[in-house]
Amino acid sequence: MSSLYDVIPPAAGADVPVRRITVEVNGESRTMDVEPRLLLVHMLRQGLELTGTHSGCDTTSCGACTVLVDGRPVKSCTMFAVMADGKKVETVEGMGTASELHPVQEGFKQEHGLQCGFCTPGMMLASKALLERNPNPTEDEVRWALSGNLCRCTGYQNIVKSVLWAAEKMRNDQPQEA
Amino acid sequence: MYPSRFAYEAPKTLAEAIALLDANGGEAKVLSGGQSLIPMVKLRFASPELLVDINNIPGLDYMRIDEQGNLRIGALVRHEDLEHSTTLPATHPTLAAASHLVADPIVRTRGTFVGSLCHADPQGDWAATMIALGGRIVAQGPKGKREIDMREFVLGPFTNALAFNEIAVEAIVPPVKGKAAGSYLKLERRVGDFATASVAVALDMNGATVGRAGCALAGVGGRTIDANDAISVLVGKTLNAESIEAAAEAVAAAADPRTDHRGSADYKRHIVKTFVTRILNNIANSEQKAA
Repeated sequence: MSSLYDVIPPAAGADVPVRRITVEVNGESRTMDVEPRLLLVHMLRQGLELTGTHSGCDTTSCGACTVLVDGRPVKSCTMFAVMADGKKVETVEGMGTASELHPVQEGFKQEHGLQCGFCTPGMMLASKALLERNPNPTEDEVRWALSGNLCRCTGYQNIVKSVLWAAEKMRNDQPQEA
Repeated sequence: MYPSRFAYEAPKTLAEAIALLDANGGEAKVLSGGQSLIPMVKLRFASPELLVDINNIPGLDYMRIDEQGNLRIGALVRHEDLEHSTTLPATHPTLAAASHLVADPIVRTRGTFVGSLCHADPQGDWAATMIALGGRIVAQGPKGKREIDMREFVLGPFTNALAFNEIAVEAIVPPVKGKAAGSYLKLERRVGDFATASVAVALDMNGATVGRAGCALAGVGGRTIDANDAISVLVGKTLNAESIEAAAEAVAAAADPRTDHRGSADYKRHIVKTFVTRILNNIANSEQKAA
């Protein structure tokens, strides 16, 4: 049990509403007391110290804070933590490990899909969600799926290559049907 | 950015949700996808005392065509549910065309069709399609349900016709008489931006003749522009260069754009005319191919 109450600047008034929520984060069940106005991104970063999820524009534009909620990509600056009660949240920390990267992470490494790296966690989770629904996307489909994620370094070219690389790897890793 | 402090309830039934709204006399807001409301409360443009989260109410995520041929869209249908529908392009091409253009793909996983209509943004995409299609909203309150015509639902910028204790539970698109044709075109500076100008056209075609004609515009006025009267010049006509030109002129005249950072008023009016012409030409060409 951890309380996220104290990450919210203290304000006057003792009757602050608090709710107890249980969220499965990267496969682990976490129970917390949160104020309803706590954003999911802050629950992850401050509350659970999972700082791989980045808070960029804070205005639903840039997609740096993208996480998966029940498998679908969501901008975590635009969802309250209380709305994730009972749901499964996946962040970049849940994708792979340093020794065993997720194919999408491997793709970003192989194809130089990042420069400063700020947008990368969001890019990778949006990409993972795409490949789960569409294992063989065209370049246009990749660009379309990532159009809610902004990158100010790469010009996107290598990001798209990275996702296509990952798609191919994931298809090749699938057991071939006879 | 933090919203101001609010209480939060996540009821499991519509009756409970309506009772919560009723008990809080106008200080409560309904939270569905949150893709408009959460940015609004973060910026403190809105500071409700209570948010009533309807996401846990079962049975609101349907999209189906009823016995009378009405398309019914429940309050928890997300933008991406329309975008990924395999049947919508044939039955409701105007909605299908707009479904790819609302906000960005990640916002579309959360934001809802009905919520977007309630938000009543003058630049909102869905309101334009619904006015062009002659759609209605079903509002449910303590005394039961009532239907509100989309043209009367949007009262002004960010203002809808719901009473404080009503929830928009469903959107209804009336049946097409004949074959549905139409599209939605939007000029945006980048993905996720609001429309510089956009045009929704929905026609019911009887062979080569236009039966019903609907049109609405976003981004070119203080509210969604109802251009149904303007495009009615097409009713009973076939689509040819002359009738298309007349309709495009009439619709462009109905626009009420302002010069701003997205472009001049003249430019926006020109886009409206171009988009109407383009949509109608495409319909005419596909009619010819089908014939």
